[in-house]
Amino acid sequence: MAAKPSQDALTSVPSNDDIDTATRLELYRLQVLIREAEQRAYDLFLQNLVKGTSHLSLGQEAVAAGCAAAMKPGDLSFCTYRGHAHTLARGVPVEKVLGELMGRDNGLMRGKGGSMHLTSVAHGVMGSYAIVGAHLPIACGAAWRAQYKKQSDVSVCFFGDGTTNIGAFHEALNFAVVWKLPVVFVCENNLYMEYTPIADVTAVPSPAGDRAAAYGLPKIVIDGNDADVVYRTMNRAYDLARRGGGPSLIECLTYRYSGHSRADPAKYRPAGELERWKQRDPIKVYKERLHEAGMADAQLTAIDDDVKRIVDEATEACKAAPNTSVDILFTDVYANGGCEWRN
Amino acid sequence: MAELTYREAVARGIAQEMARDEDVVFLGEDVAKAGGVFKTTVGLLERFGPSRVRDTPISEQAILGAAMGAAMTGLKPIAEIMFADFIAVCYDYIANEFPKSRYMTNGQVKCPLVVRLGNGGGARFGAQHSQSVENWCMQFPGLKVVAPSSPVDVIGLLAASVRDPDPVIFIEHKSLYATKGEVPDGEILDSLGTAKVLRSGTDCTLIALAMMVPRALAAAEQLQTKYGISCEVVDVRSLIPLDTQSILGSVARTHRAFTIEENPRVLGWGAEIMSIIADEAFYDLDGPPVRITTPHIPLPAADVLEDLAIPSVERIADSVYRSMSA
Repeated sequence: MAAKPSQDALTSVPSNDDIDTATRLELYRLQVLIREAEQRAYDLFLQNLVKGTSHLSLGQEAVAAGCAAAMKPGDLSFCTYRGHAHTLARGVPVEKVLGELMGRDNGLMRGKGGSMHLTSVAHGVMGSYAIVGAHLPIACGAAWRAQYKKQSDVSVCFFGDGTTNIGAFHEALNFAVVWKLPVVFVCENNLYMEYTPIADVTAVPSPAGDRAAAYGLPKIVIDGNDADVVYRTMNRAYDLARRGGGPSLIECLTYRYSGHSRADPAKYRPAGELERWKQRDPIKVYKERLHEAGMADAQLTAIDDDVKRIVDEATEACKAAPNTSVDILFTDVYANGGCEWRN
Repeated sequence: MAELTYREAVARGIAQEMARDEDVVFLGEDVAKAGGVFKTTVGLLERFGPSRVRDTPISEQAILGAAMGAAMTGLKPIAEIMFADFIAVCYDYIANEFPKSRYMTNGQVKCPLVVRLGNGGGARFGAQHSQSVENWCMQFPGLKVVAPSSPVDVIGLLAASVRDPDPVIFIEHKSLYATKGEVPDGEILDSLGTAKVLRSGTDCTLIALAMMVPRALAAAEQLQTKYGISCEVVDVRSLIPLDTQSILGSVARTHRAFTIEENPRVLGWGAEIMSIIADEAFYDLDGPPVRITTPHIPLPAADVLEDLAIPSVERIADSVYRSMSA
């Protein structure tokens, strides 16, 4: 008889090497790809080619890579306005993402959504939500559908530390546990809600982890700068969800290198904090581990070069792409394709 | 043909759609075991089981968010928000999420869901359980907004809403739940975006919605009997999409327009309709367009006060008579 699924299993993460080489290289590639694409998005912003706002995940790459690498095709991602990384991690082409940021016709949504709303249903990226907390209940609904239709996909919902102080977080957690839904809540705790340190405005030290007990869930706080740790933890959480064991809440400790958004120079950081976190840079850490495991430098350099080429080509394609067509201003308000609200 | 209450029509409409399509699921507070606080969903749990008819915590954001996530991934959820006033605590979904998901994603995301609201006054519930919130929902491109006034319309419009590929806010009137009407046997399916002329007339058009429809009909009867004023009564039924052709057609026949609105005055649905009439039927009019509304005040609880606030048959008849004889 199979053991009864339990969230308790998640609290111990094995330290022995259980991740195969192909997955290791994929985790490395995803992190490098996100780093390169995010850096490029910032450069394009400085060139005034990316308009509006953008919220970068520089420094947080291990969370997106680890979570996505553990997913199966058909699993669903629900992201926030800081969603470039999670979108890229599911395999959405860099060109589509940069094109969307630039308002070009080749953009993922042809410029109708922009940086904060990246969506690619074909890749399981079910949206990036720019109202803090809104997508936690939405992820519950997708998980309810899987439960009701006896489908095996998991809904994975990403959000920041600041989200743990909004009502929808608490409604969704309670709802998911009571209905035992196959949803995994991933809190990326990067220490700042926007400009304000999360510790200044939160009643408990671990904004997600310390709330878990209120919903009968174990406290799971992991190193979000270690892609292996993220990958292993998510594998177990997804598996638990697929086996009918219900939701998990996982807090990943990480750090963003840039400000909250493009307008934020992040002057609120204490001196030396950024530098300390950069010593534990997720890509640096991961590269060292791969070296220790005997991976040839040339193999990793080949990945770096390949990623750089992809991002360069995507950038050039976006610069060459026409602006989005004005014809789409009035399309897709309603399901008939148009915007008519009266006869 | 059977006589059904508006309340029973809600349950029959939901049941009709759940029996037809197993992707139709239903969630809300006290809707399953208790059959709804207004007893509008009695028997659904027993007939369709606990996986399709689900009680939720008092978590309006979770209810609407879950409905959206389910709709985006293939189900056709019906969500109940017990009192319409409560959409203020989950307004994000109505304002920001449902209506924009399709547009923002360039058509990738679909959101075919229905949110049922217990709307309106007359039950002495006071300012936070009596409001008419149609205009809270009308202002977001991407949403549809429906408000039936009779049992047969409840079933037909609910069926049309469930089958509609867009998010629909389905506004039931609490004070109509006990009212009765003839309902044909078998499947009933109406269409959104269609107004109905319920009484033909030649002197003026009374444009009404939900509980104001029976009051407008009674006022029309009084105006005919007492003053010989012949009123045409149009039940708007669907605010978005709006059947302006039926409304403008009636105004072209009668040359006078009155809206009868339960909502407080400022920015009520009638203001939008009157602006369309002013724009497109100005030369059809023989007199000023008149809006008859609740004053711009919160609704009081005491019966004598509430009755004074919401347009009554007498006030409607008096306002129309005074304007017509000015």
